[in-house]
Amino acid sequence: MSDLGLTQVLPTHGKRSAFISFNERLIREKPLGAVGGAVFLLFMFCGIFANFLAPFEMNYTDLTQRLQPPSLAFPFGTDHLGRDVLSRVLIGAQISMIVSFLAAGLATVISIVIGVLSGYFGGKPDMVMQRGVDAWMTFPDLVLLIVIVSVVGPGIPQIVVVLGLLYGIAGSRIVRGAVISVRENMYTHASLSIGAPTFHILRKHILPNIMPVVIVLFTTRIGAVILAEAGLSFLGLGIPPPAPTWGSMLSGTGRTYMYLGPWLALAPGLCITAVVYAVNVYGDALRDLLDPRMRGVNR
Amino acid sequence: MRAYLGRRLLALIPTLFFASLIVFISMRLIPGDVIDLMLAQNDIVTGQDRAKIEAALGLDQPVYIQYFRWIGDALTGDLGSSLWQNVPVTDQLLVSLPITFELGLLALIVALSVSIPIGVYSAMRQDTAGDYVARSFSLLMLAIPSFWLGTLVMVFPSVWWRWAPELEYIPFFDDPITNLKHMIIPAILLGLSMSAVTMRMTRTMMLEVMRQDYIRTARAKGVGEKLLVMRHALRNGLIPVITLIGLQAPLLIGGAVILEQIFVVPGMGLLLLEAVFQRDYPVISGVFLVVGVGVLVINLLVDLSYGWLDPKVRHE
Repeated sequence: MSDLGLTQVLPTHGKRSAFISFNERLIREKPLGAVGGAVFLLFMFCGIFANFLAPFEMNYTDLTQRLQPPSLAFPFGTDHLGRDVLSRVLIGAQISMIVSFLAAGLATVISIVIGVLSGYFGGKPDMVMQRGVDAWMTFPDLVLLIVIVSVVGPGIPQIVVVLGLLYGIAGSRIVRGAVISVRENMYTHASLSIGAPTFHILRKHILPNIMPVVIVLFTTRIGAVILAEAGLSFLGLGIPPPAPTWGSMLSGTGRTYMYLGPWLALAPGLCITAVVYAVNVYGDALRDLLDPRMRGVNR
Repeated sequence: MRAYLGRRLLALIPTLFFASLIVFISMRLIPGDVIDLMLAQNDIVTGQDRAKIEAALGLDQPVYIQYFRWIGDALTGDLGSSLWQNVPVTDQLLVSLPITFELGLLALIVALSVSIPIGVYSAMRQDTAGDYVARSFSLLMLAIPSFWLGTLVMVFPSVWWRWAPELEYIPFFDDPITNLKHMIIPAILLGLSMSAVTMRMTRTMMLEVMRQDYIRTARAKGVGEKLLVMRHALRNGLIPVITLIGLQAPLLIGGAVILEQIFVVPGMGLLLLEAVFQRDYPVISGVFLVVGVGVLVINLLVDLSYGWLDPKVRHE
């Protein structure tokens, strides 16, 4: 099997010019994906600078300004405690970004460790591990999350670890597949036959060549993590109040006031949809450019 | 076919074993506070009561014995009792499982009747404006959280037209019309979120099938476009779509949890959430186990139907 598709493009490695030319290709060939990437960057910017951008402190309450509809002073209106919705949505972006980058990063590391061990060494341990992965993937994401959170309790560190574990184990299947195809390449066999140590082969041959798969996996996981965290927070099992996460802004006591202030139901949901849509489109474009074989992979 | 069935059943055993281990371990990871919580709830504090509860829950035994006792009980249909209500978990599941099943079935009908026509249309009109609209719609459905759609359906019609969805559950066999009135909205929302992936798959498969030789032959023989799609292409194109439905079973059950909570449907999802908030661990592990086994069974049925639909698979 030839390996042209894998070794061709490695945007994060090498010189700056490679990075720029990759982005040029992205804009030229996948304009929608480029827009998605830009929207995601915008949300990242909002998340990083949320504390400077937010006009009010996130929990600043002003009961004289309760349930104000959107206006110049409060572009997204205020909630039942007179808190500025825009400020809370911005801080929500920050929480979403922190959780999604940490959890997707952890998931990717777990996927690589399991995928490489299972795919490279194969044999009985691979079989046992894969049956475990099968069993893990049997459970619906949300049910697994709810059960684990019911054991470890809510909070940012718990959510990051639980989401990392959830998507890490599921994603190991994809890394494993990539490792198996790289392992069968001539250069890996050549390296083996001159007696190169396993660690050297993994570091020099396997890891660099599964990078495209890993990058795409990380990107698509960001969207999945944002949705899952929002779902958990919506159910009251995510990040506890008063932290304004997008999911929790749509649930709890705020919910009963939505009939008086319908704008409360809009901003957080729109943000989740926009950012997840952007990441998905960007991830699709990355996948098409980096590794065409991964088309159609959803989990 | 029989050999195929046997192979599939054998392959199920290790997965079932690991799945039961996951359920068991997750319940053993609970910090000591289950008993503390029970004691606090019931105003019992003496050490003797603690030991009694530990013995009743079997927590004084070695872990592997606990596992075998638990799995043995589970195999005979005994999943323990709810900590607070003193009702067997199996009884609660027997009530809530059919409700979630109804919701899932309705959602599946919605998903298929939305996704297959749109998917076929999208493939037939590849790269036209209609195709782009359909594909954007499916990407959007992947990104919109169902709990937000559910919230919008609850809030805006009631603000604008003073109309609110039904929230009272009536069993289907008591009053089918009222039951469907209640279930149809969560089913539509769940079905829409499911339809995204199915639509993409239908489109891809149709594109692939339409390029095959037998389609060209049929076209050369003068078969009309409508008949070509309906009779020749769709039959082969839909086989992988059926597998996908099996793969989406976990998605369906996961989505049901949130929608059941919003629309107060007393199914497995609501049972699980209430159990989580009350820390009713036997109920949690019961639901957890049944969901896992349920998904495995659905996947098995899908695989078998696949062997039945596609002769290539059963002769392998």
